[in-house]
Order: sequence, then structure tokens, then C-alpha cells
Amino acid sequence: MSGYRLDSGGRIDRSRRLDFTFDGEAFGGHPGDTLASALTANGVRLLGRSFKYHRPRGLLTDGPAEPNALVELRGGARLEPNSRATTVELYDGLEAWSQNAWPSRNFDVGAVNQLLSPFLPAGFYYKTFMWPAAFWERVYEPLIRRAAGLGRGTHAPDPDSYEKGNLHCDLLVVGAGPSGLIAALAAARAGLRVILADDQPEPGGQLLSRATPLGEEGPLTWRDRVLAELETAPNVRLLSRTTVFGWYDGNLFGALERVADHLPVPPEHLPRLIYWRIQAKRALLCAGAEERPLVFGGNDRPGVLLASAGQTLVNRYGVAPGRKVAVFTNGDSGYQVARDLQAAGVPLACVIDARAEGPADHGLDCRVRQQTVVADAKGGRSLKAIEIVDRGQGRRIPLECDTLLMSGGWNPILHLTCHRGTKPVWDEEIAAFLPADVGTGLRVAGAAAGHMTTAACFQSALAAVTEICEDLGRKAPEVALPACPEEPCAVAPLWWVKEAKGKAFVDFQNDVTTKDIPLAVAEGYSSVELMKRYTTLGMATDQGKLSNVNGLAILAEVTGRPIPQVGTTTYRPAYTPVPLGALAGPHVGAEYRPVRRSPLHRWMLRQGAEMIEAGAWMRPSHYPRGEEDWFAAMCREVRGVRSRVGLCDVSTLGKIDIQGADAAEFLNRVYCNGWKTLPVGKARYGLMLREDGFVMDDGTTSRLGEQHYLMTTTTANAGPVMAHLEFCLQSLWPDLDVQVASVTDQWGQVALAGPQARKVLQRILDDLDVSNDAFPFLAAAETTVLGGLPARLFRISFSGELAYEIAVPADYSEELADALLRYGADFGILPYGGEALSTLRIEKGHPAGGELDGRTTAQDLGLGKMLSGKKDYIGRAMSRREAFEAPDRPVLVGLKPLSRGAKLRAGAHLLTPGETPAVESDQGFVASVAYSPILESWIGLAFLKRGRERLGEEITIYDPLREGLYRGQICDPVFVDPDHERLHA
Amino acid sequence: MRYGWHSIVRQALGGLSAVAPAWRNPEPKPAYDAVIVGGGGHGLATAYYLAKEHGLANVAVLEKGYLGSGNIGRNTTIVRSNYLLDGNVQFYEKSMQLWEGLEQDFNFNAMVSQRGVLNLYHSDAQRDAYARRGTAMRLHGIDAELLNRDQVRALVPFLDFHNARFPIHGGLLQRRGGTVRHDAVAWGYARGADSRGVDIIQNCEITGISIEQGRVTGVETSRGRIACGKLGLATAGNSSRTAAMAGLKLPIESHVLQAFVSEAIKPYIDQVVTYGAGHFYVSQSDKGGLVFGGDIDGYNSYAQRGNLPIVEHVVEAGVAMMPGVSRLRLLRSWGGIMDMSMDGSPIIDKTAVEGLYLNCGWCYGGFKATPASGWCFAHTIARDEPHALNAKFRLDRFRSGRVIDERGGGARPNVH
Amino acid sequence: MLIHCPFCGARPSEEFAVLGDAGPKRPEAPGDDTGSDPEAWYDYVYLRDNPRGVHREFWQHVGGCRAWLVVERDTATHEVRSVELARKATAGREAS
Repeated sequence: MSGYRLDSGGRIDRSRRLDFTFDGEAFGGHPGDTLASALTANGVRLLGRSFKYHRPRGLLTDGPAEPNALVELRGGARLEPNSRATTVELYDGLEAWSQNAWPSRNFDVGAVNQLLSPFLPAGFYYKTFMWPAAFWERVYEPLIRRAAGLGRGTHAPDPDSYEKGNLHCDLLVVGAGPSGLIAALAAARAGLRVILADDQPEPGGQLLSRATPLGEEGPLTWRDRVLAELETAPNVRLLSRTTVFGWYDGNLFGALERVADHLPVPPEHLPRLIYWRIQAKRALLCAGAEERPLVFGGNDRPGVLLASAGQTLVNRYGVAPGRKVAVFTNGDSGYQVARDLQAAGVPLACVIDARAEGPADHGLDCRVRQQTVVADAKGGRSLKAIEIVDRGQGRRIPLECDTLLMSGGWNPILHLTCHRGTKPVWDEEIAAFLPADVGTGLRVAGAAAGHMTTAACFQSALAAVTEICEDLGRKAPEVALPACPEEPCAVAPLWWVKEAKGKAFVDFQNDVTTKDIPLAVAEGYSSVELMKRYTTLGMATDQGKLSNVNGLAILAEVTGRPIPQVGTTTYRPAYTPVPLGALAGPHVGAEYRPVRRSPLHRWMLRQGAEMIEAGAWMRPSHYPRGEEDWFAAMCREVRGVRSRVGLCDVSTLGKIDIQGADAAEFLNRVYCNGWKTLPVGKARYGLMLREDGFVMDDGTTSRLGEQHYLMTTTTANAGPVMAHLEFCLQSLWPDLDVQVASVTDQWGQVALAGPQARKVLQRILDDLDVSNDAFPFLAAAETTVLGGLPARLFRISFSGELAYEIAVPADYSEELADALLRYGADFGILPYGGEALSTLRIEKGHPAGGELDGRTTAQDLGLGKMLSGKKDYIGRAMSRREAFEAPDRPVLVGLKPLSRGAKLRAGAHLLTPGETPAVESDQGFVASVAYSPILESWIGLAFLKRGRERLGEEITIYDPLREGLYRGQICDPVFVDPDHERLHA
Repeated sequence: MRYGWHSIVRQALGGLSAVAPAWRNPEPKPAYDAVIVGGGGHGLATAYYLAKEHGLANVAVLEKGYLGSGNIGRNTTIVRSNYLLDGNVQFYEKSMQLWEGLEQDFNFNAMVSQRGVLNLYHSDAQRDAYARRGTAMRLHGIDAELLNRDQVRALVPFLDFHNARFPIHGGLLQRRGGTVRHDAVAWGYARGADSRGVDIIQNCEITGISIEQGRVTGVETSRGRIACGKLGLATAGNSSRTAAMAGLKLPIESHVLQAFVSEAIKPYIDQVVTYGAGHFYVSQSDKGGLVFGGDIDGYNSYAQRGNLPIVEHVVEAGVAMMPGVSRLRLLRSWGGIMDMSMDGSPIIDKTAVEGLYLNCGWCYGGFKATPASGWCFAHTIARDEPHALNAKFRLDRFRSGRVIDERGGGARPNVH
Repeated sequence: MLIHCPFCGARPSEEFAVLGDAGPKRPEAPGDDTGSDPEAWYDYVYLRDNPRGVHREFWQHVGGCRAWLVVERDTATHEVRSVELARKATAGREAS
């Protein structure tokens, strides 16, 4: 007593059989089928259960708006919940399961909710489950969560790949139905670069679902001719299986191409999906219209479906929706469906027209009742009968049928026009919303613009293309229109069959009935948005495609307001849901973000470096030897630097080349300290503030020539500092004669540090004298190394040792590093990593990332004396504010544990000794820590209130998250070589 | 009518006639003791606490659209008090405590779900920053735990621990954090305020603020003039525009923050999880959708909608963190307009105009702040002085330099 | 959003970084501590025009030519009205 395959007709290949399973049961279908059509052809009608009441549900639509026939598709790591059976193309071996039913879709325990439904009105959960309070997380919420949701998601990583792409065109046509096809044809002939996107496997749109001819030919003969021309036109790109899901600023469209969803698995080297960003000069929306359900008792029974779905089953898939079919309509379009069924030999029970008058010459053999409505549909898991009410006579008449096709009018698919904030406009004549004028970027034609006959659709599409051609300075071509059949399309609104006795569903998936809307109004939720949120109408996976207009029309009636005054809720992207994998594209896993690598990256790997992520960069943590852990390696590397010599990659530091007559003046304005006196051949430490007075960055800048400086920044701030300098030059002081260029990637740079550094260096220099007198601390020079290799040499030190930084063109970095290792071998040179570097700088009290967190001031860092009083600079005015000078600001100090072996951890807070841990005793925090192999103790840099007055004091170190509570002593932040003698050696 | 199963049963038996409206729909009176502009979460909460805590019932809330039409119904529903800086920590903890008793207090189930908020870290530096933050929380008596990788794995086994560009090292967990059904917060406060005599006036937009001799005397609205002795602005998203009616320029920019929901699925993730290698936060609603978000788009906007670059940015982080979500579908995206302040922290304060009070600058934190914001703002209005809990949220902190900058981004709203 | 960079042509907004309100003019500050007006600095550093409608903003073409631009944009519709080089737009402005 339900659907079956017709002997002929449809765009399926009956010569081939595809096997598939549903809930484990085996079935067969044909190429060209959807899962929905194949199941219907097999007589399967019950497809799943609804969200709240677990009502049995079957197929309702023939497309992406389907609210009922949602299945779990595929399985394992490819499991896809909530897949619309109406859009799933059948493939051999397809596996699908019904959702939201336990233990099975035929016998679902949750259906008890139907009996309880008087006690489960809209919003009942806001009024209950409050006592006892602790039961929410423990009892109520887990139960509700388990009951809610639809299909199951997988936690397994997705085995398929995804791509993103950009497309550009003069005209994007959305939808390849009659309107879209003729628009694309005209635009192609006008020479425009055209993209025609359509969500179906083949172009045609409505033409695929109809039987009536176009002109003298079958409906698809015309399509085939148009397609032949489009396919050979070099300026046209056809995107099938592609849904344009969103319209964004700048006339950018998001689109999803399903490359391989119609296959069991994507072919090798092909992505499953491509997410396209389509930049269109103009776009034309030809998305057609969506049929509305009618709202009557039991309108959700399996076997009640949209008339358009019945028509598509018959004409496109060669499937009869049932063996005794009634049609319930409030407009002329239901009659055409009935005629198509009649022509295909599907037995018709009756056509029920709510209007007093229908078309006179309807050409139907079955009985046609006017002024009659379906009040209730009967049956459990499948429709058995309907009760109709003859409104003229007031009689209630039972009528047997196994299938009911309903046609409640048509909603233009105007979603894209609303994505940028415009609301649609109500139209009385078609009793639906029409797209508003949203400007020239996106025009609308065909049924999406409210044209309900093929002839009018063609004309509107050509008129739109003519306007677009005018916009773009093209001449609109001549396009011959095929002769179109007469298509009566009158409709009379019928929002709600009040004679219904049973539950009448407005939103099928979320089980919102006609009772819920008046209830929401009575409770005060009478604005359309509040009604939506309170009842959840329109919030299901179809986002109200079927339910919104019926819902707000009923709301209008209940509140006594006209529909335009009630308005609509907001149409938001995505038009149809988009898999997250597509939006992420290839940027997942290891490719989540690009990796920046130093020019010495491979060299460091060859030296055995353990690499770690440091922002965008990969940096060496340490260079373990044998079984060493990071700690042992770090200690060895620090000792090596302090006693002999070490080599460290510093290429990732930002390097900015600054040239021009006003370069010194510029530096004077962007650094808080003075730069006018720096001679050529010298480097200076600079501190840079933000305009709000807090520290932005620090680094050394060297004067390489009269008008030539090289600035270094921290690795993390290289980008922001560069942008800041450019802003200053271009927006604040365009009169300064200065040019800046980032040269970070052009130079590879290594630090050579340790008492033997000079001796190693001398071996690679071509002729520069680097004796302490000739090249003292903070000297800088351009020179050559290794027999003519251009190099820059700076005597600067992060480690506090005698140290140099040597820069060579990036491609020669490895040559330099290898040479240093080779020439330094007899001095015991060794490479050192970030852990050792960090220890070395903490031993010297140099601030770095932990101290430069965007909240510290020069004063906090003990660098207040660098703030020049003699000039203007960025941040000067704000750095003198009250809070900056406040005596209780935490300032930089050194920290040692009282017991020598105790470990320090960054992030711990400092408390007044003897007091219980509380806000009142909070005195500061530990910013950076290291184990100093020189001092054989953990040491730290910390910020402490009145810290500089408290050297030598005891403090409590509070680290409750790591179960640490121990005592420390405040000290000077310079732990090693406080007089900096090594630096100057 | 008090809500409970008894009210449901009465409704089931009595039908529509047994239904009591959740709030009245009153005509505005010519004058009120206090008028709150903005019928969102903060405005409604303010009115509720004015009536409940301070006995001020001659109060109106003016809402230009429908109640709860702003950010209270557009956010990702996360509540937490895992802040670092003095000022924020105690304020958001007050909010957390109010959340914990809220439903019983206003007799409306807002589904306060203390399912835990887990912030992932990916480096030693991030771990230490979370340790510092967690310790600040503990010092304020707030629960905080620092988890290592195995402990995170035990809670959320399906994250991409090893294979990601930024491996997960561990996380900071606040078990008391969680989610709340956002719309229900507005409705609960509205119902509670209404039942205490507050007039909630929807579809009433203010067009001007009357000030005579340095004090507020009333507001001009689309429904006529309404006189008042005190006027509180709780119009986050539009704060600059309403404050301008009183001649004030604010340290605020309006930015769009997008939010996203997937199709509903069966229980998938039990906690709120935030990614440390990109700005991304996710939880699952009781209805089944994964609710998630990330950064603001970055440009000034009043449009309540964003663009694709941030959509991609957010989703990339989500799939990088939880690879299994790849085949789930994005159902809907939307945007709310944030008051982005110049230090990332809010403002609840008096102004130079007598009787005019400001509640603004909520950045990403507005939803979780709702109860404490209303509570503190009510105090500030009723007593004409800030409560200790909002004493650090004053406007003059930008002059003095006592900014509360959790991200250390400085005076640039779009980096907070 | 598309931004017409004077050097590079129409480019997508993700190639750009936005700083915000291009209205405030950095106060003239003398080289000593006496002459700077704290209110002017507070205004410059912290207060922002924040209109619903046309707004002049600093944007930088970070993913392109690195030029700083003044973009006139409608904050209600995101429509970009005009783009000019910051170098030109800010030249010769009086202190506010």
C-alpha cells in the first residue's frame, strides 16, 4: 500500500541495479535515483522519527528543504548525520540508517511523548526541571541531551580531503532551471564570463520534474540544445552539484561543489568537496520556488507529501508515490501534478481544492471537489485515509487513500537576497514574500522573483540579462524563446485548516503545531522572533524553508496583524548546511597554519635539534646528545657558552632596514630613548612604546651608514613593529625622508657567544679587526667573511657573554654555521637552543616574552631612565600618567628559592609571607624561570609590588595549580656577572 | 503565576485561558523614577535587581525592538569566571555565583549547565600564563585546575593531540563554568522584573536624552517623551550612539562578532572547550547543535553579519582542534554587534551628567557578565556610586592608565 | 568586502589589516613635559568616532603593497565609498 517503481519514464537507468541498505535491510535502485526515490520505489515509507514527539515520518519533499527524511549516511569515519535522503544520490553499496528512534524506527519508545504531549507544550522546559537545583547537570540535562539531537556524529578524523578555490566572473547565475539556463545563454552570447551554478547532478531544474512539453518538444530537448551551446562556449563554466550558500560583501558568493558525494568514496586525488569563493561582478538568482505544505491534522503522516515531490517522483525518478493518491491544493498548480500522475497511470482518488472555484477544464478523470479541505490524515506509520470537510455543506467525509499530495502555494527561494540584511516584501497576489530590490550586484529572475509561469520566467531572466549587459557595457543578444504552455497559477491563501482535530504541524522536524503559536502569543512571545525562539519554529535543519511563512501567517492571524507587519525572521547563511570540512579546506591538521622556518632549519635538524612551535616559527629547543633530556642538554649548552663558545640561530628576529635623510629623527620618534648621537658603526639598545605608553617591543638598532640603520625586533613582534613603523611614516609623519623595508627573510643570522667567541670569529673574518679596542661592545660593521661573503657583524649580547651576531645572505646561512662549527671545533664550540638561550638571558635579567606581555611599562622593567625627557616620541605623553608612576605597581625583580633545590615555575604568584593565600596578600607573579647550571639553582624573573625596595626579602611563592607553596628570596634580576665584565672582555 | 509542573498541568487542563502572560505589555507612563535603555540581558537584569535589591519599582526598560533582540540572543552562551586581572576576576565570579542560583531566584529554567570550561594550551609559555591566571582565580576563591595532556585526554579524548600544527599540551579547567540558554536569561529577567512592577516597553526607541542644568530629566522616544530622574544606558553594540545623545564620546568601537551553529546531533562534546592555537570556542547546546565562535571580523560594523574570512578562520581552528567535526554541517551563522572597548574590559559607571549612568564596553564578555552587570549597575544607579565590584570598571581608568587589559593589546579595540 | 587599493586595484579585505578611526590627529607635543595637554592625548589615544554610517578608517594593505590607506566605509552596510593613500589623506591636517 505505498510507492512503487513505474514501468517506464524518469531519468533513471533501469538497465543497471545499485544495491543499498537502509537500517541494515537490503534494497535495490538505479543510477539516477536519490536515496529517497529508491526507498519510495521499494515501498519504504517510514524513514525516521521526529524531534520531540517521535512521530513516524516519511518523505515530504524532493529537495534540500526536506525536514523528515534525514538519515545517517555512510559509516565509520565517514558517518554523516542528518543527510537528506532527497539529495543523496544513490550509489552502489550505499548504507544509511534512520535517526532519533530507539530501539527501531518501527517501534520507537520515544513515541510515548505523543501521549504526554499535553504536558509538553512549547517552552515547557523553561518552567520545569528546576528542583532540586543540583539535578540539572546530573539528571535532567543528560536526559534532555540524549533525547534531543538527531543523528550521531563521529569523533574519528575525516579520511577525505577538501579544497578551497577562488572564481571570478562577470555574471554568476544561481540555478540552472529554465530561467537560469536562458539567462546564462543570453549572457554567454553577449560575451560575458559566466558561471552557472546548480545544486542538482544535471542542469534543468523544474524541467527535470515535469512532463509537459516546451514548445513542440519534450521539456529536456530545449535544455539539451541550450546546454550544448553553453558547454562549448569558452566563456561559460558550468558548476553542477554546486550550491551557492551565501551572499557576502563585495558581491562575493560562497558556494559548495559536491565533487564526490555521489560516489562511495572520492576517487584518488580528488577532494570530496570544493568550497568556492565566487567574486562576481553581477549575479542573477534563478533559484526557483519552494512549495509550501498545508497545515491540517496529521499532515505529517508518512504518505503525506508535497505535490511537487510527488510530481518529481513520477516524472524524474519513475516512481509512483502510492497506489491511491489524493491531491489537496489551494491553487492551480496541484492540478498539473494530478494530470502528470494520471498520465503516468498512477491511480488518483480525488483532487481536493480549498477554493470555491478551480480551473474549468482540468482534464482529470478523478473527482474534483471544490471548497473542500482535508481536516485530518489518518494512519500510524503510513497514511490510510483522510477526513475531508466540504466547507459548503459543512460535512466531514472520510476518504480512503494511501497517499496525499499537498500544495499550499509557492515561496520564492530568495534567501541569498536577504543575507546582507535586506528583508523580503510581502506580495498578496502570490501570497508569498518576494525578494526586495538589493541593488545591481544581485538581481532575481524566474520563480525566485515570483514569476509562476515558464513564459514569465523566461522573460524576466532575459530582461535581467539585458540590464546586466547595460551595466557592463555589453549589447544584449537576441535569444529566441521556446513556446510555453498555458500554466494557470492562481492561488488562494490557506494557512491553517481549523477543522483539524489531530495535531497539525507547522514545523515538521521540530514538532511545532498550530497549538504552539497561540500559546506563545498568550504567554507574551508575540513578536515573530520571540515566537520562533520560544516554539523553535524554523530552527530545525531546514531553517524554516517549509515552515516560516505558514508560521508567521498563523501568527498574523492569532495576533490580528497583517502579515507584512508581522514580518519575517532573519534569513542567514548558509542556504543549505555546509560541511565544516569544506570551510576548513586543507587548513587542518599539520596544515592548520603555515610554518615559518629559519634558513638554518635543516642545518639545525642535522645538528640534532629538537624543534618546537614558537608562534608561526619552528625553533630549536635544545640539541640533545645521546640519551639527554631537555634539562641535561640545556645545562650542558649553558655551561658550554659560559665556559667556551656557543652558536645559536637568531635569524627569526625581525630585521628592518631603515634608510633616508631623516632616519635618525625617525628612530628618535619611535624609540623612547635618544638616537641622534649614535655614530656610524655602532649599535644601541632601543625600547619602543605603544602610543598608550606601555612597552611594545625592544631590540638593537645599528647605524650602518650616514643614512642607513638596521633595526632588530623580537621574533613575535616583527610584523606588528613593521606595520607600526609604516603607519608612523605614512600617516603621522609623511614629511620624513625615510624608507623602511623588512629584511628578516633576506638575512640568516647567528649569535656566537662565549669567552672564545672572538677567537672563532677571527678565523672566518676576511680582514676586519675585532680586537676589543677596534671592535668594542656595541660595535657594528658591514664586512666580508669566508673569502668574500658579504656579512654584517654586531657585537651585541643576549647571553651576557662576549658575543657577536653575524648576518649573511640567507642562502649562505648554512655555509656560515658550518664554518663556525668547523673553526670553533678546537675551542669546543657547540650549538645551543632556545632553552639554553632562555636560561642565559634570565641569568642576565634581560626581559623577553614573559616580561613584555603588553601590560608592562618601561618603569616596570626598570628601564624608566630610558624615557627621554628631551624629545617627543610615540607613547611619551601617556607613559607619564598617574598609574605608570604608582608606587605599588609590580616591578621587575629577580627571584630565588630559599631552599636551593626547589623548582620555580612561571605563573606562580608572590604572596606576603605568613599570610593565608588571598587576594589581599597577592604581591605579584613569576614571569620567567630557568634552572641556572652556573648558580646550580632555579632562578626567576618576577614582578613584585615595590619590588626594588624589597631586595633580600623573603616572599611566599604560591602555585596551587601545581601544588606548590614554598619560600623564595627577592634579588636583583641580574644573576650572573652583575658588572657585565664578560660582555666587555 | 509560579512556574513548575503544576503550572504545566493547569495549562494542559485549562487550555489557553489558563495561560498567564510572562510579562505585561504596558503603555509607557509619562514619568519613572528610573529608566533603563536597552531591553537586553543587561538592561533587564538591571531592572530586576533595581526592583529586587533596591526596592525601586517605578522603573521602565525601553527596548527599540523585541525584548532580548540584541546580543543576549546572539552569543555562544558560555559562562565562566576564569579571568586574570584584578577587577575582572571578582566581577565575573560574582556573575558566576549569581548564575548558580539564578533559576531558583527568578523561577525560570535558563538551563544553567556547569559542565566545565576547558582552555587548551600548546606551549610552556601558554601553560604558565594559564597557571598565573588559575592562581589569580584561586586567590579569589574560584575553582581552577591545570590539566596535563593525559588529563585533558581523559575528559575530551577526541581532540587532535599530536597531529595538529600545534600539539595540545594540556588545559586550564574551570569546572563551575559552562553554558546557559541565552534567550531564557532575557525572558527570566523580564518576567522577574515585570512581576515586581517594572514596565518593559518594547518597540520603543530613544531618540534623545534631555539634560537640564547638568542633570538628566528624561528621554525622547519613538513613543513620546518619558521623564525620569535616573537614566541607565545598557545598549551595548550601540553605546556610542546612545551616549552621543548626552554629548558623550566613548572609548568604544562597535564590531561584529559572528557565531555559528551546526545541525543538531546526539551528545558529542560535554564541555566548553577553547583552542589555544587560534581563537575558537565550542560547546553543544541541549538541543544538539554545536555552538561555536572565534574572533570579531575586525572592522567597525553595525550590520549584525560578517564575512567569509572569519568564517573560514573559525572553522579551520575548529576542525584542527576536533577533526571529527569535519563532516558535520554548519547550519547557520549570524552576527552580534560588540562594544569593543580600548582595553577589552567593560565600563559600569556614573557620568559627568547627574543621573546618567553607563553600562557598556562588554567586548566578548557580555553574556557571562549579565547577572553581575545588572546587579552592579542597579547598585550604581540606586546608590549613585559604583559597588566595589565595579569600582575598577570606571571610565576614568583610561585617563589615569589603570586599564584592565587581559590580552595586553593596548588601545586598539579589534585586538582584544 | 572589496577594497580598491590605489596601487594594487580591487583586493579582498582579508589582504588588509584595519586599525580604525582615521579621525584623531596626533597632538603636537613639545620636547619637554610642560606643554602636553593630557585631555588632547586621552582623546587621541582612547576616544573614537563610532558612527552608524559613513566612517573614515585606517586600513593597511599588509598582504600587498603595505600602503596605509584611509578607507571611507559605511558601517551599516559595509559599502566601501572611497579609498585614498593615508600619506595624502593626512597631509596638512590641523591638530584636533
